[in-house]
Amino acid sequence: MNFETTIGLEVHVELKTKSKMFSPSANEFGDTPNMNTNVIDWGYPGVLPKVNKGAVDFGMRAALALNATIAQDNHFDRKNYFYPDNPKAYQVTQFEQPIGHDGWVEVHLSNGTTKKIGIEELHLEEDAGKNTHTGQYSYVDLNRQGTPLIEIVSKPDMTTPEEAYEYMETLRQVIQFTGVSDVKMEEGSLRVDANISLRPIGQKEYGVKTELKNINSFTYLRKGLEYEEKRQAQILLSGGQIRQETRGFNENTGETVLQRIKEGSDDYRYFPEPDIPPLQISDKWIDEVRASIPEMPHERRKRYINDFGLTENDAQVLTSTLEMANFFEDTVKQDADAKLVSNWLQGEVSAYMNAQKLDLQETKLTPENLATMINLITDGTISSRIAKKVFKETITNGTEPKQWVEDKGMVQLSDPAKLLPMITEVLDNNSQSIDDFKNGKDRAIGFLVGQIMKQTHGQANPKVVNQLLISELKKH
Amino acid sequence: MNYFTNDLTKIHAQLVNKELTSYDLTKQTITALKETDKKVDAFLTLNEEKALEMAKAIDEKGIDPANLLAGIPVAVKDNIMTKDLRTTAASKILENFVPVYDATVMEHIYAHDMVPIGKTNMDEFAMGGSTENSAFKTTKNPWNLTKVPGGSSGGSAAAVSAGIVPIAFGSDTGGSIRQPASFTGIVGMKPTYGRVSRWGLIAFGSSLDEIGPMTRSVKDNATVLAAIAGFDEHDGTTVNKKVPDFTANIAKGVKGLKIGLPKEYLGEGVQPEVKAAILAAADKFRELGATVEEVSLPHSKYGVAAYYIISSSEASSNLQRFDGIRYGVRATDVKNLNDVYVRSRTEGFGPEVKRRIMLGMYSLSAGYYDAYFKKAAQVRTLMKQDFANVFADYDLIMGPVAPTTAYGIGEDVSDPLTMYAGDVLSVPVNMAGLPGLSLPAGFAAGLPIGMQLIGKAFDEQTIYQAGYAFEQATDFHKETPTLGGNN
Amino acid sequence: MAISKEQVTHVADLARLSFTDEELGQFTDQLSQITDMFNELQEVDTKGVEPMTHVVDLVNVLREDVPAAANPQEREALLKNAPDAEDGYIKVPAILDNEGDDGE
Repeated sequence: MNFETTIGLEVHVELKTKSKMFSPSANEFGDTPNMNTNVIDWGYPGVLPKVNKGAVDFGMRAALALNATIAQDNHFDRKNYFYPDNPKAYQVTQFEQPIGHDGWVEVHLSNGTTKKIGIEELHLEEDAGKNTHTGQYSYVDLNRQGTPLIEIVSKPDMTTPEEAYEYMETLRQVIQFTGVSDVKMEEGSLRVDANISLRPIGQKEYGVKTELKNINSFTYLRKGLEYEEKRQAQILLSGGQIRQETRGFNENTGETVLQRIKEGSDDYRYFPEPDIPPLQISDKWIDEVRASIPEMPHERRKRYINDFGLTENDAQVLTSTLEMANFFEDTVKQDADAKLVSNWLQGEVSAYMNAQKLDLQETKLTPENLATMINLITDGTISSRIAKKVFKETITNGTEPKQWVEDKGMVQLSDPAKLLPMITEVLDNNSQSIDDFKNGKDRAIGFLVGQIMKQTHGQANPKVVNQLLISELKKH
Repeated sequence: MNYFTNDLTKIHAQLVNKELTSYDLTKQTITALKETDKKVDAFLTLNEEKALEMAKAIDEKGIDPANLLAGIPVAVKDNIMTKDLRTTAASKILENFVPVYDATVMEHIYAHDMVPIGKTNMDEFAMGGSTENSAFKTTKNPWNLTKVPGGSSGGSAAAVSAGIVPIAFGSDTGGSIRQPASFTGIVGMKPTYGRVSRWGLIAFGSSLDEIGPMTRSVKDNATVLAAIAGFDEHDGTTVNKKVPDFTANIAKGVKGLKIGLPKEYLGEGVQPEVKAAILAAADKFRELGATVEEVSLPHSKYGVAAYYIISSSEASSNLQRFDGIRYGVRATDVKNLNDVYVRSRTEGFGPEVKRRIMLGMYSLSAGYYDAYFKKAAQVRTLMKQDFANVFADYDLIMGPVAPTTAYGIGEDVSDPLTMYAGDVLSVPVNMAGLPGLSLPAGFAAGLPIGMQLIGKAFDEQTIYQAGYAFEQATDFHKETPTLGGNN
Repeated sequence: MAISKEQVTHVADLARLSFTDEELGQFTDQLSQITDMFNELQEVDTKGVEPMTHVVDLVNVLREDVPAAANPQEREALLKNAPDAEDGYIKVPAILDNEGDDGE
């Protein structure tokens, strides 16, 4: 029997507003525990929530960037459950009428095709605090409590783990370019849960699904889904039944492991939040938010190809992250050659980042320094060979390239007034080579250039020396 | 100070003339309180030291001649958060809870130089109509100490009724200001939903709760409401409307006013003496120049069912935060986290609170939401529409506050259905978010009967105007309780 | 539609309340009576009637995205009110698997 896989993803994105979703506490964590909390975050008796307009704006921006329709009448609901990091024992979320619905993203697959993946809905909600477990106790820090989240629920449109992976890549890219979130999985500002089920090809109803939770990277997501595909197929082929359960991914074994068996459906007793009047979003408000959306990756790619003459592939790589794209543009703005900037970013810069496991902004390289360096190459001040040394110094220590090159005496000698006396001297001392040249032996030039380079410790500009030599030789 | 014979205007004159200081007034009031409360049990926590300090500071600053409330001792229901002053909502789970912030209403109280002398008893988390559901004590009705004072703001009502304070603050989710006011013969206002901030009021039914003043006279009540009302940045359900001077038109009389008397409010279950008192009041209004006509609020009879579904559902969610984790009482000798939850809540909540939580959880749970919560919310729409229909033609609606006068302590508490049925005349006002006033309108067997005046949303002014006219034309408010126990 | 003891137990679990057998019996009777009263609502024709969850017609009650400065005194007071706290954290018995429903 052959199976068809169905995958749906639920993605939580933390919005980087200045204050929390329903309370004015600073939206920052990693701080002293419980420092950015107040009576609202603690769920004190008598407190009331007040919606952060910035969070609504950001949520709408994400929804619009993901091609979703804004529900102009929407409201908040309470989702009730007890947990130490959930102070009110309910989460304020959107259940009945979320802020956005029916969006989509287009993903590029390795076989060269593209696929449109649907987004069912997007809802605004608040994040929970954080529990740390040690031995017999758990410790609760509410700094994260109330952080605005947008939850993005895909349609069950994905049929392979690769599609799920690419969906996440695209989603991350689009959200990052909107500027509403850092979308960093390692920092928890992007989180994904996956639902996966198998059904015999041709069957209409979906099979029983399992849920993959607490996944730490896109790669693990893909691996976990691949494992789950195989595990479920094996059970089904041997006549077994899939149990509805939550599973985690073990990074060491590459297997998924049972976390919780779901008995029946959870009973969260949702009902409309009585403390928060509904939202009514006008066309004007939508237009304002739409106008605030920065240029999206596909728009930038188009511009890079048309304005800078880059290839589709170059444009893809440069727009894979917002930092890279911004860095590229900022460097080009300093009058550096776009193609060279693109080459350097994709080549040396990326290699360095990978080797050092650093993000672009964590290196010491700035667009100004990169532009200066590239311009030193194009105007002949340094050779490509020297450039590699300069690059290493600049990206490691943040050294200003022009000054460093001068201090270290790495500037190419290109001034004919300085080179000519040397050339005259070399010709005077090598009359044999002049004869060889006249007899058509081109390698005589190579020898003479070598002499000059030797005399200048490699700093003479070979191109200029070559030109000067030929014109001098012709005089003889 | 005799609060039976001195209203705010008279006390204020003495304070302004320096015949009396706020300090002395506060001191006298607390001394008398300690004596009277031995019989009434209206207070849970006293604020003696701080109150005297505050009064002294107010004296030093000088009594503002334009502020009738300056230097006046007041009592506050124990579900209103008072910073650094124990606030329990009459529940064991908050037995030693000391808030770290003040309710917005408290900030208004301080800003108007009122002096809070203590926190009053109530039904636990405001659930009940007799104050017998307090985890700590049973408050008695000053008119007859064997009777309940009503509830849930029974402590505040008894404190005013017994002459302990001239002003107390209560909260009203389904009648909790008006019904005890009715049972104890005082004036109690449940303002329009959105008129007074709920920030710092321990939530029971969030879409129904409202804080309001309880006083001996209509005019004093109007004065106090103006001081605590208004838009609050902290409460997204308050309405940004200018607060009028509620006393401005108070003496204009009722000539030309059209008052509706719903036939459903005098139907089955209403005690004959109560019915007679309300009909007499209708005649009094006619005599004063108003028109009183029978009207209909056809969905009234579903009010109790719809109210108990909605209020219990909201309460079941609101009371989840009392879990023994961040504040309040955590059960001891717990084995695991689930124990913390289950034992803290099981030991911390009383039977009525548990009953409401169970009802609410059930009404919201999977499979029942549509039949209960959603249906009740639809009926609520129809109830509000009923009122809108009447108010298209009438200025006010009048009726009893409660079907009966105060009943005996211990009489009804074991039978929730009978208890809930007693709310039939008060819950519609909360369901529709309207203002409702209770004021003295008669006596039966020595116990007060309250009349309810219901107004259009944000039209407390007309209610006060009619209430004042009635009060001036009758003597019921002049009667004083005996603090006796005659059966 | 009478409520069964099992339903009452389920709701008690949701509510994190526990009852003795006797209490459970009593609650089952009382809740059955009360829900019988609730069922009277079924006679009301509510076809096409919007449910009312807010009594005042307010919309878009919003706050500007301006953070408040951290308040160390309030933090201290909040931690002091916690039944158990350590090193700035609220302390609870260890959270075990399958305990509580993690909402996400």
